[in-house]
Amino acid sequence: MRVTQGCFSFLPDLTDEQIAAQIQYCLEKGWAVNIEFTDDPHPRNTYWEMWGLPMFDLRDAAGIMRELAECRKIYGDRYIRISAFDSSHGWESTRLSFIVNRPKNEPGFRLDRQETVGRNMRYSTRSYAAERPEGERYS
Amino acid sequence: MMQATQADAKEATPVDTIDLRREFESVDIAPVLEQLDRELVGLVPVKTRIREIASLLLMERIRQKMGLATTFPTLHMSFTGNPGTGKTTVALRMAGILHRLGFVRRGHVISVTRDDLVGQYIGHTAPKTKEVLKKAMGGVLFIDEAYYLYRPENERDYGQESIEILLQIMESQREDLVVILAGYADRMEKFFQSNPGFRSRIAHHIDFPDYSEGELLTIAEMMLDGQNYRFTPEARVAFEKYIAVRKTQPLFSNARSIRNALDRVRLRQANRLVSRLDRVLTSDDVMSIEASDVLASRVFAQADSKGDVRAESK
Repeated sequence: MRVTQGCFSFLPDLTDEQIAAQIQYCLEKGWAVNIEFTDDPHPRNTYWEMWGLPMFDLRDAAGIMRELAECRKIYGDRYIRISAFDSSHGWESTRLSFIVNRPKNEPGFRLDRQETVGRNMRYSTRSYAAERPEGERYS
Repeated sequence: MMQATQADAKEATPVDTIDLRREFESVDIAPVLEQLDRELVGLVPVKTRIREIASLLLMERIRQKMGLATTFPTLHMSFTGNPGTGKTTVALRMAGILHRLGFVRRGHVISVTRDDLVGQYIGHTAPKTKEVLKKAMGGVLFIDEAYYLYRPENERDYGQESIEILLQIMESQREDLVVILAGYADRMEKFFQSNPGFRSRIAHHIDFPDYSEGELLTIAEMMLDGQNYRFTPEARVAFEKYIAVRKTQPLFSNARSIRNALDRVRLRQANRLVSRLDRVLTSDDVMSIEASDVLASRVFAQADSKGDVRAESK
């Protein structure tokens, strides 16, 4: 099951050229661009690992594309996303986030039902991949 | 952008004829070259060389449109010359030219020295250098006094690590970044000898000659003009003398020394005007620099005392 989160996730995967164009858009808006990765695709897993530091004061997407290529070399079997942080007053939060790399095989999620008091049901989702320990989930 | 144009050139059917004049005007480099001529005094060999490079790149662009392009040209440069000969200024203009011709995407210049590239402890250098390189992507990285990167007397110096990263990026990301190294001629020569990798990756070596005394005077007058000051005829003669004397003294750094001298001259002029409060100033008074403002310089005193010493020792 294809994970859809962030921008563009219902589109086919972006090519490198399209990724670079999106990054360039962020840079021209003055946002700091981050590269983040994870192997836990649960939708509520908000804080992914960061690849290096946020990249401030860049002018051109080429530097970030290079970092992305290096991140893919090591974590190419995990989810990698680009997020853009707007530090201007009043925003001070992420303005754009999109997935740029995903595992070849995405096993998807299981829905767990739990019967509780009365006839109530509790639901939770669990990623099949996350059943294995971190680092071995997609390899 | 560059990649896009290359891709276009491959996809679009190559054109057979190109109107050279229209192409030249469309890239709009003539104003930059004219500005270079107008604002930079002297430096004839440098200007010629830059015109040559600009022409070469224009032809390269046309060849790309005709589908004759081979590979992306190497554009890294080395500027050698004494301090104050205009290396940084020319680097800024060069970035403008490269940007207009489409060989760098953004046309900004990141100016760094050893401190910005080399770290202080193990593992500090690589991230630091990469950070700077990332900032310079799409523009020009200007490394001033580049020979400090390599310190042969200390074999554990971290500069070497920085050099290796630089060399790698200079080769693999030629279309993203242009590196300009600058420094004194003799030390740069030694630097290239000990790092042959650099020499072979640099396409254009440009040597900046020292300014003649006449050129320095023109520079001084242009600087004053820019700040709405002017020499009186006597002051002009005095400043000519000043240049002749200052040139023989140590630590002379061409246009930079002239700028500093003018700053001090303005200081003395202001002091002279303020010392007599009971009068009405005209704009002419405020603008003109007199011979006494120039002649009060320490430079003359030092020259005199040295002359005396020599006379005594004889």
